[in-house]
Amino acid sequence: MIRFTGGDWDLAEECAQDAFMQALRTWPESGVPDQPLAWLTTTARRKAIDRIRRAAREAAKLAEVAAATASRVAPAAQDGEAPDGAVLGGAVQDGEAPDGEAPDGAVQGGAVQGGAVQGGAVQESEVRDGEIPDERLELIFACCHPALALEAQVALTLRCLGGLSTAEIARAFLVPERTMGQRLFRAKQRIRHAGIALRVPPPHLLPERLPAVLYVLILIFDKGTAQAPEAIRLARLLVELMPDEPEALGLLALMLLHDARRATRLDAAGDLVLLADQDRSRWDHDGIAEGAGLCERALRHGRAGPFQLQAAIAACHATAPSAAETDWPQIAGLYGHLARVDPGEIVALNRAVAVSMTDGPAAALRLVDAIDRLDGYHLLHAVRADLLRRLDRHEEAAKSYRTALRLAPTEAERRFLSGRLAGTGH
Amino acid sequence: MRYLMLVCVDPDDTGQPEGAPDIEEWVSEMDQKGLRVLGSRTRPASDATTVRVRDGRVLLTDGPYAEARDVIGGFDILDCADLDEAIEVAAKHPMAWAGVIELRPFWPFEEKEEGKEEGEQP
Repeated sequence: MIRFTGGDWDLAEECAQDAFMQALRTWPESGVPDQPLAWLTTTARRKAIDRIRRAAREAAKLAEVAAATASRVAPAAQDGEAPDGAVLGGAVQDGEAPDGEAPDGAVQGGAVQGGAVQGGAVQESEVRDGEIPDERLELIFACCHPALALEAQVALTLRCLGGLSTAEIARAFLVPERTMGQRLFRAKQRIRHAGIALRVPPPHLLPERLPAVLYVLILIFDKGTAQAPEAIRLARLLVELMPDEPEALGLLALMLLHDARRATRLDAAGDLVLLADQDRSRWDHDGIAEGAGLCERALRHGRAGPFQLQAAIAACHATAPSAAETDWPQIAGLYGHLARVDPGEIVALNRAVAVSMTDGPAAALRLVDAIDRLDGYHLLHAVRADLLRRLDRHEEAAKSYRTALRLAPTEAERRFLSGRLAGTGH
Repeated sequence: MRYLMLVCVDPDDTGQPEGAPDIEEWVSEMDQKGLRVLGSRTRPASDATTVRVRDGRVLLTDGPYAEARDVIGGFDILDCADLDEAIEVAAKHPMAWAGVIELRPFWPFEEKEEGKEEGEQP
């Protein structure tokens, strides 16, 4: 980009930013292109040509106008104004490329403030030259800007680069789709209004973006079987990039451990198979060994975060020789730890399930009933129903199964819950 | 892009923590780089005057508009490439170490109205 604009750092940066904003606007509808960075580069070049021509026109105009207007800053190119491909290439051959000698204040005004940022721009190009070993991962880091709230970073990145729909993101955050739509809109608005630049951060600023990147990757993984290999690929690159970040290791471990059991989650008819009933011989034992190894490596850092703890729990399940030999006290302990470092309703619900195996369903039911704000979540009702069923309170169990059934998002889950409901005899 | 940088002090502040930058150095660095347009420390909130016009009458109150623990102790106007640069400038200000700094982007009068441009109001 810098070469393209004839060494004009400001123009290159501004056009890259424009291209990014256009991506934010159009990718959610049109999908992420196969080569996102190439797309951005092409778009940024078109924007540059657009600006160069405009600057030339403006220069001509300004020459006629009084000097008083010369200090006006050139209006920023509006999104969606990218000229079509036909313009590409023409400007440079026409000799219209800027060489920093544009005579009017519009361009020079920018250059003055730009002097101070040049150092940053140089650094940025070095990052692009290979610090982050993947275009998509680079863009994810660029999108996760810490001036946005963590949830906004994650939601926006998932929408623009993760291939998730607003409805899917809303489900992941347990909020209505409309609410998520508004949050996404506000995040995009804030990027524009506050002057947030979406660019690949220099290496020393990567760690502060890591929490959002981790959530983005796990939610891409959770989207489904088709996205899981890509999410694992990105998590591997992340581990390569930040080998000493235990949470990155924890994330990859968690993905591998979950992925290793993928083949047994549904039976031949597409029905849900509970963990206890899965055929453990069909699990991917190499994947489990790798995941468990990574998890241990992460925990040795002595900074156990949410992803490492979830991976450790997944490892307990995956390495148990049989369902009956599952180390439930260990799992319940890990959930207790997880609830302290990452308190939340979902963790509390999972912890209750583990407690039901160590202290019995009555103790677990008390924990479930203490959970607030999860009434719209089908698994809360499914867990509650299961606990009631185990306490022989079949009529109440049936009621909870019906609620769960009404809220369940997938056909496989609805079939499973229907079967359980029928089993209650109510 | 221009930002109003509000420098807010904690009234219970006990002084600058160790390692905080020097204000004189900050001013000269940012002026030199062309990132600071203008700025000043201000008199305390007790010296403030609030002005309202209601029913055509000018109503004055001595004191600040809002009761707040952190009060404005000064301001700077920054001219930065983007928020990242403004954050860098703010983080180097000594009051970021003891109080709070708020960055407010200027309202961009040259731009088209919001919403029309995007057409995607939820």
